[in-house]
Amino acid sequence: MIVVKDLHKHFGKLEVLRGIDEHIDKGEVVVVVGPSGSGKSTFLRCLNLLEQPTQGEICIEDVSITDKHNDINRLRQKVGMVFQQFNLFPHLTVTENITLAPMKLKKISQEEAEHIAKKLLKRVGLQEKASVYPNQLSGGQKQRIAIARALAMSPDIMLFDEPTSALDPEMVGEVLEVMKQLAEEGMTMVVVTHEMGFAREVGTRVLFMDEGIIVEQAAPEELFGNPKNDRTKAFLSKVL
Amino acid sequence: MYGYMNNLLMMGSFKESFILNFIAENRYMLIVNGLFVTLQVTFFASILGIIIGFMVAFAKLSHVKVLNTLAAIYIDIIRGTPAVVQLLIMYFIIFASVNISGVVVAIIAFGINSGAYIAEIVRAGIQAVDKGQMEAGRSLGLSHGATMRYIVIPQAIKNILPALVNEFIILLKETAIVGYIALEDLTKAGDIIRSRTFDPYMPLLTVALIYLILTKILSKGLGKLERRLRQSDSR
Repeated sequence: MIVVKDLHKHFGKLEVLRGIDEHIDKGEVVVVVGPSGSGKSTFLRCLNLLEQPTQGEICIEDVSITDKHNDINRLRQKVGMVFQQFNLFPHLTVTENITLAPMKLKKISQEEAEHIAKKLLKRVGLQEKASVYPNQLSGGQKQRIAIARALAMSPDIMLFDEPTSALDPEMVGEVLEVMKQLAEEGMTMVVVTHEMGFAREVGTRVLFMDEGIIVEQAAPEELFGNPKNDRTKAFLSKVL
Repeated sequence: MYGYMNNLLMMGSFKESFILNFIAENRYMLIVNGLFVTLQVTFFASILGIIIGFMVAFAKLSHVKVLNTLAAIYIDIIRGTPAVVQLLIMYFIIFASVNISGVVVAIIAFGINSGAYIAEIVRAGIQAVDKGQMEAGRSLGLSHGATMRYIVIPQAIKNILPALVNEFIILLKETAIVGYIALEDLTKAGDIIRSRTFDPYMPLLTVALIYLILTKILSKGLGKLERRLRQSDSR
């Protein structure tokens, strides 16, 4: 579903990604872990071209997104993204946050879009917040709305960029719960996170990144229980 | 001020001075007409300035090198030369051989002038919107233009509006130089009355007072606007 070939990303002289080859299948929940500065967020952001790769190719559902001839806006509709800082639209209500993109891009009626929004809000457990503005929500609620907003485009893949890192500890659970539910429904997910518990419980595969490459990858129980690489061991001994 | 008091005493009273400067020969009409010219130039130059300002701001923010450079040059030239010189160039060089009213020339000159300042206000307002907003819009599949229109600009307006009103206040005062191209605006009207009655105090102080009242009205409106924006601020 996602095929990454020889992905490089440089910021000036700084080589953030130094050759990544990866294959992600439909329905997988791939969790990317690693120390800060290891390039995991950059890798994720390349998957919907929020960062333009310096070199390499990325294909999503057999279409190259790095090929300039393809319409990136159309391709992005298939790939939802959830950010660390939520990035809800502060000037729009919760419902408007969710309905904006479907109405503009899928040309569906406001009524239909609001119907979808209602269902999504129910799914993330926030029906009662339909008409409030984002500043009236807690961090955990904001992130759940952000997930609903991304789901409104009915994407095939969801990318999560440290979705719980900006949250107070007591709100992490509610967001992870929504993500877990999403994984159980079969959504293909790529998650950059520091939540090792989530990786272990929900992940189908864990990638350990360091210094711009994937150092080691395995099923969660394997990687956490029996890491092979020294760098993986060193990292896990610090975070577990 | 001491001289003025003496002057008043010499002429008998404030009332007499008022009659001499404004009532006699219907001189108040000079002030009324002058005020009209000032407001006319300020109003239409503001509109022109907003149009130019937004266009130049987008040119400066675009990824097209030529547009960036052109916008930067325009802003540099306008901000680096006195408005009065720009006005004179516009009147005596660019429109020298065109049969066009001085008011229109002033509107164009001030529109182009304030456009440069407004461009910087708009650019700063747009850049002050968090980068994550653009990323969130793009990640949903919205184009750059659609994200600008539905997400970034509505938020940028909140940053832009107060500075924009401030620019109008500056523009209103700046138009006082249109006398250089023989327009009879508020300032010029006061000066004409002064030259006829040989009393500088009453006409010039009155003109100053009128400007003060106008700018006060604008800044009061600005204060109200800022309070309302803060109230509906959902960030």
